[in-house]
Amino acid sequence: MERFETHTHDVIVIGAGGAGLRAAIEASAQGASVGLVCKSLLGKAHTVMAEGGVAASLGNVDSKDNWKTHFHDTMHGGKMLNNWRMAQLHAQEAPERVRELEHWGALFDRTKEGDINQRAFGGHTWKRLAHVGDRTGLEMIRTLQDRGIHTGVDVYMECTITHILKDGDRISGAFGYWRESGRFVLFNAKSIILATGGIGKSYKVTSNSWEYTGDGHALAYEAGADLIDMEFVQFHPTGMVWPPSVKGILVTEAVRGEGGILTNRNGERFMEKYDPERMELSTRDVVARSIYTEVQEGRGSPHGGAFLDISHRGAEYVKKKLPSMYHQFMEFAEIDITKEPMEVYPTTHYIMGGVRVDAETAQTTVRGLFACGEVAGGMHGANRLGGNSLSDLLVFGKRSGTGAADYASKIKDNELKINDIDIEGAVKEMLTPYENAEGENPYTIHQALQEAMGDFVGVFRTKDKLHEGIEEINILKERASQLKIEGSRMFNPGWHLCKDLKSMLIVSEAIARCAHQREESRGAHSRVDFPQYNDEKWGTVNSVISKDNGDMKLSTSPLHQMPEELKRIVEGGYE
Amino acid sequence: MSVAKLRIYRGDSDGGQEVEYEVPVEEGTVVLDAIHFVQANYDGDLAVRWNCKAGKCGSCSAEINGMPKLTCKTRLDTLPLDKPITVHPLKTFPIIKDLVTDVSWNYEVRKKIPPFKYPEDTDWKMQQVDVERSQEFRKCIECYLCQDVCHVLRNHNKKNEFFGPRMMIKIAELEMHPLDIEDRKEMLREAAGIGYCNITKCCTDVCPESIHITDNAIIPLKERVADTYFDPLQWIIAKVKGS
Ligand SMILES: Cc1cc2nc3c(=O)[nH]c(=O)nc-3n(C[C@H](O)[C@H](O)[C@H](O)COP(=O)(O)OP(=O)(O)OC[C@H]3O[C@@H](n4cnc5c(N)ncnc54)[C@H](O)[C@@H]3O)c2cc1C
Ligand code: SF4
Ligand code: SF4
Ligand code: FES
Repeated sequence: MERFETHTHDVIVIGAGGAGLRAAIEASAQGASVGLVCKSLLGKAHTVMAEGGVAASLGNVDSKDNWKTHFHDTMHGGKMLNNWRMAQLHAQEAPERVRELEHWGALFDRTKEGDINQRAFGGHTWKRLAHVGDRTGLEMIRTLQDRGIHTGVDVYMECTITHILKDGDRISGAFGYWRESGRFVLFNAKSIILATGGIGKSYKVTSNSWEYTGDGHALAYEAGADLIDMEFVQFHPTGMVWPPSVKGILVTEAVRGEGGILTNRNGERFMEKYDPERMELSTRDVVARSIYTEVQEGRGSPHGGAFLDISHRGAEYVKKKLPSMYHQFMEFAEIDITKEPMEVYPTTHYIMGGVRVDAETAQTTVRGLFACGEVAGGMHGANRLGGNSLSDLLVFGKRSGTGAADYASKIKDNELKINDIDIEGAVKEMLTPYENAEGENPYTIHQALQEAMGDFVGVFRTKDKLHEGIEEINILKERASQLKIEGSRMFNPGWHLCKDLKSMLIVSEAIARCAHQREESRGAHSRVDFPQYNDEKWGTVNSVISKDNGDMKLSTSPLHQMPEELKRIVEGGYE
Repeated sequence: MSVAKLRIYRGDSDGGQEVEYEVPVEEGTVVLDAIHFVQANYDGDLAVRWNCKAGKCGSCSAEINGMPKLTCKTRLDTLPLDKPITVHPLKTFPIIKDLVTDVSWNYEVRKKIPPFKYPEDTDWKMQQVDVERSQEFRKCIECYLCQDVCHVLRNHNKKNEFFGPRMMIKIAELEMHPLDIEDRKEMLREAAGIGYCNITKCCTDVCPESIHITDNAIIPLKERVADTYFDPLQWIIAKVKGS
C-alpha cells in the first residue's frame, strides 16, 4: 500500500463553515490540540453565502423580545418536532454568541442608538435578525476565520475526509485525501466534530454549492450514528427562475423582510389566500407551497414562478439594504429590482434532519463523534425559521467544541488504535474508479439522481412517487457501484464526484424512505395523500435512520417530553 | 441554441497548452457553466475551483480573454463569440492544475496582520456612518483578482516585500474599525510594503465587489503612514509622548 502522511490531534473538526470554525475556536480555547479540515479553501464554505441575518433576541429594535419568544417562535416554526432542549439553549445563548462576534471584529449594521440593528423575518414575532446588508454570512465567516487563524488551530484545507475510523465503539481517526495531489492522509483523533453542512446537491434546483453532498450525514451513518428527521428538507420559497444558468440561486428572505410583495400573473397578492395574517412573512414551508400551487394552477409568471416586488421601497433604500440582490439580478438576469419585479420559485435550500445529537454536548450516538451546524438534526424540527441557522452554528458550534475537548481530555495519548484493515478498505474503495476497465461516468449518475430527487421527493410528495423514487435510487446505487474516471489523481473533480455520489445516495435514500414512512403533512414535508397533521401518530415521534448489518434501517423514536414551564411558553406565555 | 468555442488552459507545473471545446450557449450562460459542461461531457478531470456560483465566495477566479474575472459572473453573451474565448488560470500564482492555482501565499500573509483589538472600557456603541467605512472593505470575497492584476506582484514578483491590494484593504478595514486600538502603521510601511504601490488603480478596476481599493483604502493608509513617519511635527509629538 502507498505511504501516506499522518497528523495527530486531540480534536479533528471536519468542516470550516460557521459551525466548524466556532467549534474549532472553542475546542482550542479549552486547551485541546485542534485540526480543522475542509474540502474547499478556508473562507469559502457555504456559510459565506448566507445573506439575511442571524437570529438572536437582542431586543435592540423591539425591546419586548426575549429568549422565551424566540423559543416559542422556533418551536412553532418547527411544528413541535424540535428537540426542545436544543431550541431552548439556542434561544437563550444566541444573543451572547452574536455579541461575541462583535468582540472579535464583526461590524453589524447599526440602529440610530448605535446598537446592532435587527430586521424582520418570516415566523419571528419581533425584529430579530442581526445583519450586515444582505451579506451576513460573509461577515460571520471572516470574523470567525480571523479569530481561528490567530488561536492556534491547524487548518488543513482542500482536504476531503472520506472515512471515519473507530477503535471498537470509539472514534479514533479520520481518513481522506489532499485534493491538490490526490494523496491520502490519516488524522489520528480522540474526538471528531462533524460540521459538514447540508445535502442540496442531491437536487437539481438548489441554492447550495458543490460541497453540499451530505458527506457528514453519510460519514456519521457509516460510523453507526443515528440520523433523524431526514424527510424534512426545506424548499426556500424564493429561488431565481430565469435565466436557466442561475435557476435555484437564492433570493434572500430579507427581500420580504424589507417589505417585498408576492403576486401572480393576474396581479393578485396571493398570500392573502394562504396566510392572510402573516402574508409574505409566513413560514417558508407555507410560502413555498403557495407559490408552487399558484404555478400549478396556471397563474405563474412567464418563466413559471411568482413575482416578487420590492421596487416600491425606492431605489436608494433597496440598494442600501439589499445590495447583493440588486447586483445579482442586474448582472445575472439584467433586471433592475429597484424598478421591476423579480421572478421566483422554490429551491432546495436546507435540511432540518441530520445526525442525532445530545443537546448539551452535541455528541452523537457514537462515542467521541460530535456534530453541529446544518449536519446536526433536531434543533429545527419540521421547518427552520430564517436566521435560525447562523445562530445555531454559533451556539452549537461552541457547545460541540467544549463537548469534544472535554471528551478528548479523558483519553490518554496513544490509547486509541487505528485498524490497518479499515485503512486498506478505504484505499481500495477510493481507487476502484481508476481500476475499473468499464464503468459509468459519475456526472451522468449525478444528473440522474438530481432529476429523480426533484421529480419524486420534491415539494409535494405521494406514496406512489416516493416509492418510484426509492426504486430509482436503488437502480442508481447499483449503477454507481461501477464507476470509471479518467485523468490523474491530482485535483480531479471527477474522482471527487465518485465519493460525493456515495454520500448523496445514502442521504437521498434516507430522505426518500423517511418521507415514505411519515404519512402526514408537517412543516416542510407535504404529502398530497395525507394533507393533514396526524398529531396522535406522527406528532410524537422522530423518524430514525441507522445502519444495521450493512443495511439502512428505518424506525421511529418518541420525542423527549417538554417540561411544563416550557409548554406554557409554547402556548403563548412568553411576555 | 448557439455554440461557443472555449480554449481552456490545461496543464500543471510541468507545462501545458490550450485545449479547445465547443459548448452550448443559452440565455445567461456563464463561463463556469461552460466549464461544467466540459467536465460532464468531455473531460471529467478538468480542474476548477468554485463554490457558490453566485459571485459570493470568490473561488472561481480565472483570466478570461486575458482579463481577470469571476467565471461564475462572466456571461458568454458579453464576450465576442465569433472567436474562441480563452480561459487561463491566474498568472500571478503558481499553477497546480488547469484553472487551479496555489493561492496559499495569501493565507500566509494574512496571518501576519495583527487582529482587531478593542479598548476594555467600550460600551460597543457605534454609528452606522462610522462602521460603513470598514464595511466597504469587509465586502471582500477574497477572489484575489486584485492580487493577480497588481503589477508589483504580477510582473515584479515582490511577494516578499508587498502584501498586495487585498491585504491593504484588510489592514484598512481593521485600522478604520471605529473601536480598533491596534497600531499597524509600522507593519504597513515595513513588512506590508505599502510604498510599492504607485496607485495605478488596476486593482480597483477588476474588483468584482466594486471596492474602491485605492481611493478609499490605500491612499488614506499611505497618508497615515506618511503622517506618522515623515511629518517632523507628528514625529516629535510621538517622541515626547514616549510612544
Ligand atoms: C444562499 C443561502 C443563504 C442563506 N442565508 C441564511 C441566513 O440569512 N440566515 C441563516 O440563518 N441561514 C442562512 N442560510 C443557511 C446557512 O447559511 C447554512 O445552513 C449554514 O451556513 C451551514 O453552516 P455549516 O457551518 O453547518 O456548514 P458550511 O458553512 O456549509 O460548511 C461546511 C464545511 O464542511 C466542509 N466539508 C464538507 N464535507 C467535507 C468532507 N467530506 N471533508 C472535509 N470537509 C468537508 C466544507 O468544506 C465546509 O468547510 C443560507 C443558506 C444559503 C444556501
Ligand atoms: S493601485 Fe497599487 S495595489 Fe493597486 S494594482 Fe496598482 S500598484 Fe497594485
Ligand atoms: S478586494 Fe476585490 S478584487 Fe481584491 S480580493 Fe477582495 S473582492 Fe477580490
Ligand atoms: S463560484 Fe463563488 S464567486 Fe464564483
